[in-house]
Amino acid sequence: MRTLNWTPVCPLDRLDPDRGVAALVDGVQVALFRTGGELYAVDNLDPVGGAYVMSRGIVGSRGGLPTVASPLHKQVYDLRTGRCLEVAGVTLRRHRIRCRDGLVEVRLRQEE
Amino acid sequence: MTGPRVVVVGNGMVGERFVEALRTRDRDGRWRVTVLAEERRPAYDRVRLSAFFDGVSAEELNLHTPDDGVELRLGEPALRIDRERRLVTTAGGEVPYDALVLATGSYPFVPPVDGTDLPGVFVYRTLDDLAAIREHARGRRTGAVIGGGLLGLEAANALRLLGLDTSVVEFAPRLMPAQVDEAGGAMLRRYVEELGVTPYLGVATSALRPGPDGTVAALELADGRTVDAELVVVAAGIRPRDELARAAGLPLGPRGGVLVDAGCRTADERIWAVGECAAVDGTCHGLVAPGYATAEVVADRLLGGAATFPGADTATKLKLLGVDVASFGDAHGTTPGCLDVTFTDPATRAYAKLVLSDDARTLLGGVLVGDASAYPTLRASVGGPLPAPPLALLAPAGGAGSGAGALPAAAQVCSCNAVTRADIDAAIAGGAGDVPALKACTRAGTSCGSCVPMLKQLLDAAGVRQSTALCEHFDTSRQELFDIVRVRGIRTFSQLIAEHGRGRGCDICKPVVASILASLGTGHVLDGEQASLQDTNDHFLANLQRDGSYSVVPRIPGGEITPEKLIVIGEVARDFRLYTKITGGQRIDLLGARVEQLPQIWRRLVDAGFESGHAYGKALRTVKSCVGETWCRYGVQDSVGLAVALELRYRGLRAPHKLKSAVSGCARECAEARSKDFGIIATETGWNLYVGGNGGFRPRHADLFATDLSTEALIPLIDRFVMYYIRTADRLQRTAAWIEAMDGGLDHLRSVIVDDSLGLCAELDAAMARHVASYSDEWRDVLEDPERLRRFTSFVNAPDVPDPSITFTVARGQPVPARAADHRRQPVALGLPEVRR
Ligand code: SRM
Ligand SMILES: Cc1cc2nc3c(=O)[nH]c(=O)nc-3n(C[C@H](O)[C@H](O)[C@H](O)COP(=O)(O)OP(=O)(O)OC[C@H]3O[C@@H](n4cnc5c(N)ncnc54)[C@H](O)[C@@H]3O)c2cc1C
Ligand code: SF4
Ligand code: FES
Repeated sequence: MRTLNWTPVCPLDRLDPDRGVAALVDGVQVALFRTGGELYAVDNLDPVGGAYVMSRGIVGSRGGLPTVASPLHKQVYDLRTGRCLEVAGVTLRRHRIRCRDGLVEVRLRQEE
Repeated sequence: MTGPRVVVVGNGMVGERFVEALRTRDRDGRWRVTVLAEERRPAYDRVRLSAFFDGVSAEELNLHTPDDGVELRLGEPALRIDRERRLVTTAGGEVPYDALVLATGSYPFVPPVDGTDLPGVFVYRTLDDLAAIREHARGRRTGAVIGGGLLGLEAANALRLLGLDTSVVEFAPRLMPAQVDEAGGAMLRRYVEELGVTPYLGVATSALRPGPDGTVAALELADGRTVDAELVVVAAGIRPRDELARAAGLPLGPRGGVLVDAGCRTADERIWAVGECAAVDGTCHGLVAPGYATAEVVADRLLGGAATFPGADTATKLKLLGVDVASFGDAHGTTPGCLDVTFTDPATRAYAKLVLSDDARTLLGGVLVGDASAYPTLRASVGGPLPAPPLALLAPAGGAGSGAGALPAAAQVCSCNAVTRADIDAAIAGGAGDVPALKACTRAGTSCGSCVPMLKQLLDAAGVRQSTALCEHFDTSRQELFDIVRVRGIRTFSQLIAEHGRGRGCDICKPVVASILASLGTGHVLDGEQASLQDTNDHFLANLQRDGSYSVVPRIPGGEITPEKLIVIGEVARDFRLYTKITGGQRIDLLGARVEQLPQIWRRLVDAGFESGHAYGKALRTVKSCVGETWCRYGVQDSVGLAVALELRYRGLRAPHKLKSAVSGCARECAEARSKDFGIIATETGWNLYVGGNGGFRPRHADLFATDLSTEALIPLIDRFVMYYIRTADRLQRTAAWIEAMDGGLDHLRSVIVDDSLGLCAELDAAMARHVASYSDEWRDVLEDPERLRRFTSFVNAPDVPDPSITFTVARGQPVPARAADHRRQPVALGLPEVRR
């Protein structure tokens, strides 16, 4: 089921800077990151490796863009667009994320 | 826009290159381009076709760049040419042209033998062919290839990888008859047999026979033998696709192909031919490099130039699972008066032959089997003076050492893209400072890639210092970073990157810094900011598996374990439904644990006296041992006792790469100590110490470092060896590569840690003493700390829900990952470090 509701997920301080966590939102596994003062949400599914592990990747930057590297085989993704910087045509689906009153909220994005 | 229109027939490798070349040069867009393609997908890298079987996807092989100025009509073959009206007919209608470029390639030649039309018989040319082969191979056991040339062997290797018992039938008396000579063929045959492929040489196939289900089942050979084959690939040569030209009444070459002159033009001044379908001055070329050259010629001519075909380089190099075969120039020595220099090394099983001019000064060609490291240099030297004496070039390692720096300016460095040494030097002079820059501005190295090592050598030769920067965030090497952290007493990544780097770090520099901080003893790896630097394995103190679950490897020093502890491992595995396996490191791996189960599993293990085995860390792994003098009738020292002592001494020590060791109780070496980073072998009077060995990707035996040491003398040497390695090695450089790259090698190492030539020993000793004193078990520390335990949850908002994607089936009585059927295995590049000179 896909809804367009904002779902409260956890207090902001459960997100360590530069280290992801996984959350379950409307049955979808989402990886949440906090880096450079911003929040990002993408699919937890590694589109190349096929396992739900993106939240466990290393967060960093490439040429100023915030990134996460798959922990399986190290492909690097731009957290803002979900685009894989190494394999053409591969993307991570992005979701909406915001912080309201100290609470992190996620809204699934429908298939684009 | 109404400029003239060029119609290109065929969107293969050369057709695509032609379009690219034309569009690049035609700056004001004079030509409109229409491409008619028979295949349903845009141009792809046919040369790397076989990579499809390693899981490389069609997208990754794609060569086509979409371009608004080019109309690409896929799945719409040209059917007819009307030269009078200047039209090409397709199923979709008529396409007018001002210039027509035929780039239709070749088709595989299928000999007229009974049964080649049976289901299960394939050719090997397109992605569709390979997809059909893979489909048919499913559930079948035997396969055969007709044709033992370059393509046939490549196909045979593919069948082997698909799990078929594979045979190759070749009419000529040796494999790859067009490239190698008899002795090279014999060496090749041994390699091929060792891979499990059965060659039938010097015999023709007389018929293909079906089985009861109507698909092919066997080959009949002319000498009466039969070969089982439920799948057959015909790779008996190629023929140019000249049918359109023939029907249009254009002249053909003596052996087929669209006849063109050196400007690649046919008898009709508006029609050109490029690639494999073109018979340039009568000769067809079945390789991509000469094809590219024709594409460049026609692009130039359409824009008013006068380029001509420069002649073909027929050099080839094949890699058949570890076996290199290369031939270049006049490989068969057909030049009158020429001399052969051959070299056979049965030990390394390398065969090489050089063909020289009658005065032995000019290299004419050659053949290499087994070790083709000299190929790039040799190929580039054909027609010119020898860059070094023949033996120096041929002896293993000689080729690499002789260096590209000796090449003359006119030598072709990249033959795929016709780039000479002079071109490379000009690019370097123009500011190209690394291999990617050279690729971008000369195209060298962008096709088969075999010239990339030469590009590096030429950069070296030009005195360009190649960057030792770790990544875009740090300009320093790992060693420099280590010293900065140590000397300045830096304790956090934020401080280090703020003061000595830029940006926010990445998956390369963060684990390096994490490892440096850990080697210097800065507390638990999961504390505070350090946690965010760790690779997922270090972050969860377990090894990530392909399905997102983890493995658990408790330490079992020296491989010695009590029955009680064995029982606990068994009970834990049973209770958590884990798969168990004895590892190659003499301990037990428990696989299939979910993140939130790890602390529960380790609670049980720690209570039973186990501790982390650091299988996840770039750290000491295992010290293996044989049973030694306690039990073995040959043993002369207590190998188990020493192994346990060493493992406990160095456990938990973080290093640039993993560290392994072993101790054998006598020279029979049952513990394989010489394949370890440091290995110890017992003697009547003490221990021999070996350093710098490993198995893995590039196996290397360790070198003897010191002999007949007492245990008291042995340990400080190992301490210093390990600490010096930790301080000075590169990221992911194991001890073998570290020693090989060291100026002065083993002798230098000896002078530093035995003779204290750098005055470092006291410091290295103290560092090791600190490590030994401060060791504590990482898993016990986690279990005692709620802050650290907090990280081991499945979902931050649903900690009680296990990851639903991790599911198991049963294989041989144990749980194994149930894999989504649609997720293909992806090839994974080996993350091996490059050795810097
Ligand atoms: C479990 C084990 C295979 C087994 O079932 O037997 C294994 C499993 C892995 N090996 Fe290994 N290696 C295992 C013994 C070996 C050995 C044999 C040995 O240690 O005597 C070797 C060759 C010896 C050597 O290292 O020189 C070996 C050479 C490698 C290499 C290649 C290293 C190289 O220098 O080329 C890698 C890749 C790497 O580390 O970069 C590797 C990497 C791996 C990794 C870590 C791959 C990964 O990143 O997931 C595997 C992790 C498994 C896991 O999750 O537990 N493994 N691996 C063995 C664990 C031993 C142990 O108890 O710790
Ligand atoms: C498995 C394999 C490995 C190889 N390895 C090497 C190697 O290591 N080194 C090397 O140099 N070469 C190698 N080759 C050869 C190399 O792939 C060819 O030389 C190269 O592809 C030739 O390019 P081309 O454009 O002339 O022909 P192709 O790439 O074959 O393209 C021709 C295209 O034209 C299309 N076509 C034909 N007729 C029509 C029509 N009437 N209308 C529209 N379209 C049409 C075809 O469908 C095809 O797509 C290998 C080939 C194979 C099959
Ligand atoms: S290495 Fe020697 S002592 Fe050890 S088991 Fe083998 S023969 Fe026995
Ligand atoms: S020789 Fe093939 S890419 Fe350079």
